[in-house]
Amino acid sequence: MTELSAHLPQFQHGQLTENFPDNHLSNTNDNSERRRHDNSERRRNDNPESETNGQPQNNIQQVVEQDDEEDEELTLKYGAKHVIMLFVPVTLCMVVVVATIKSVSFYTRKDGQLIYTPFTEETETVGQRALNSILNAAIMISVIIVMTILLVVLYKYRCYKVIHGWLIISSLLLLFFFSFIYLGEVFKTYNVAMDYITLALMIWNFGVVGMICIHWKGPLRLQQAYLIMISALMALVFIKYLPEWTAWLILAVISVYDLVAVLCPKGPLRMLVETAQERNETLFPALIYSSTMVWLVNMAEEDPEAQRKASKNSTYDKQGSPPQNDDAEADDGGFSQEWQQQRDSRIGPIESTPESRAAVQALPSNSQTSEDPEERGVKLGLGDFIFYSVLVGKASATASGDWNTTLACFVAILIGLCLTLLLLAIFKKALPALPISITFGLVFYFATDNLVQPFMDQLAFHQFYI
Amino acid sequence: PALGLFLFTIARDPLRIIILIAGAFFWLVSLLLSSLIWFIAVKASDPNDEPLQKGLLIFGVMFSVLLQEAFRFLYYKLLRKAIEGLVALSEDGCSPISIQQMAYVAGVGFGLMSGAFSMINLLADALGPGTVGIYGDSQLYFLTSAFMTMVLIFLHTFWGILFFHGCENRCWWEIVAVVVMHLAVSASSFCNPVYVGSLVPSYVLMAVAATWAYLLSGGSAQNVRRFLLCKS
Repeated sequence: MTELSAHLPQFQHGQLTENFPDNHLSNTNDNSERRRHDNSERRRNDNPESETNGQPQNNIQQVVEQDDEEDEELTLKYGAKHVIMLFVPVTLCMVVVVATIKSVSFYTRKDGQLIYTPFTEETETVGQRALNSILNAAIMISVIIVMTILLVVLYKYRCYKVIHGWLIISSLLLLFFFSFIYLGEVFKTYNVAMDYITLALMIWNFGVVGMICIHWKGPLRLQQAYLIMISALMALVFIKYLPEWTAWLILAVISVYDLVAVLCPKGPLRMLVETAQERNETLFPALIYSSTMVWLVNMAEEDPEAQRKASKNSTYDKQGSPPQNDDAEADDGGFSQEWQQQRDSRIGPIESTPESRAAVQALPSNSQTSEDPEERGVKLGLGDFIFYSVLVGKASATASGDWNTTLACFVAILIGLCLTLLLLAIFKKALPALPISITFGLVFYFATDNLVQPFMDQLAFHQFYI
Repeated sequence: PALGLFLFTIARDPLRIIILIAGAFFWLVSLLLSSLIWFIAVKASDPNDEPLQKGLLIFGVMFSVLLQEAFRFLYYKLLRKAIEGLVALSEDGCSPISIQQMAYVAGVGFGLMSGAFSMINLLADALGPGTVGIYGDSQLYFLTSAFMTMVLIFLHTFWGILFFHGCENRCWWEIVAVVVMHLAVSASSFCNPVYVGSLVPSYVLMAVAATWAYLLSGGSAQNVRRFLLCKS
């Protein structure tokens, strides 16, 4: 499951006393009762509705705090900036998916189904169709649960090689094979002639750079762009190969599963998160979208970080609002704790390893606290991107209300994301990002499609305006 | 023009974007509820009775207008509480965004959403073959739709400012005026396709609302003059 993770700098050991001002969590509520801060602390607003932009924080100095005060004051404020930092990629992904669906007809043709959904929906009776789709959804969900548990088990027994290999294979497949198909379809739609050599060169470059960016180091923007692209590709595959009712059912069930798996004490994702926390490990970069950080695969040492941090503290001055992506790259050294996240990736018609998405939460390491808090971004799992895009893509593909429905779903998902971020800042732990947004999206889709559309049609016909 | 408004004034500030999206959301919810009512009414009535359907539609429109204003009020309440939270959170005791700015952004949010819903299917169809109104309908359909939508978006923006100002200072008559104006604009659209009847009053009302909002926001004739003469 994908989680919206926030950095919780305060969960560090006692060494970080100096870095405290960076690690403030604040309740994002309108009436933040627990807000305690010194004047010189830097604060960040977390409530999307009641947040300040980064500007007022220009004049805040960093202060040295005591450890216990830090513990008490744990309030991380999520700036409205963070929300926007997540809005933009989600919007981009959805735009790409919708644009493709609208223009390339390949993705709306029924060319068969995945083997995970063996029951067809072209049945005679409604009852049978419903039954088939329920069965399909059940199969899919059980596959996902099995893969999640498998991943958790692998992680628990430290079979990192296996997990890495798995991730590398799936991202290879995604980057090369699916983008090849995608490009082919786009060329067909626009009647562009392309020879195989040029195509091979392009795909090769695209794929190799993508692999490097995602699994190793690379410019932050490029990595974000690649993650968005592969999410979009994955979402397109889902939209194409999942029949109607199955898709909606799966969306609904997955958000319930996400909720359960992240929040229940026995849920697999929660166990994953806790194990990762205990081990202070980094998470797999291929599965998470991060808004500001670039991370190394290996965790950095803590001592050099501590020293670096100490020297930084004395001269630290908070900057203004511009994102510190460059700083982030330099500072990246190390999340001490990160929650793992798995991406739910079903690899199309070819059977491959679907993985469940796990909640991931990244806790910055001690060294992180010395950075500008604005550098600390939020993390959103790639599976979230994928399922949001699936929802919006399906809405644009199959709705009778067409653009109205698409727009309504889009706004609903964004608002759900806002609310999830709000809750994240209140509860300060890993949260499933799916349920609220998907619920809103589904409600709005069905409501707009069936209720609003006839109304708007009539209004437009008579040219009335409301 | 609405897009220009958005780009120049709102896109800079993430908080405003959030308020905008939330405003759009509220409008959407109000639309949803009103169409639910209309749908129920239609289902409960005779589908072949043409004048009845039209009457129902008119009723739906009025109801929707009232609902929109009600949701604007709810949104205002929410933003009030948000301002208190922001003030509490901020450094120097004053909110980073004033209620007027919020009013403006909320108005734009409402307007954008309503404009989008009115226009976007039209735009998509406009990409098709260029046959407008060959069945005897007006040939100016697209043009007038565009203008009407634009005027509505602007009106929503101004109404947002007026409405919030009225709520702030407890000038009930301002609020009532906004509601009445909205109803009037919608009602004037019933005269379509006699476009004179709908476009002209709408533009007049928009000019009125614009000046009113401008004055409320602290502008004055002097400011305008100075602006036009390039700060002389």
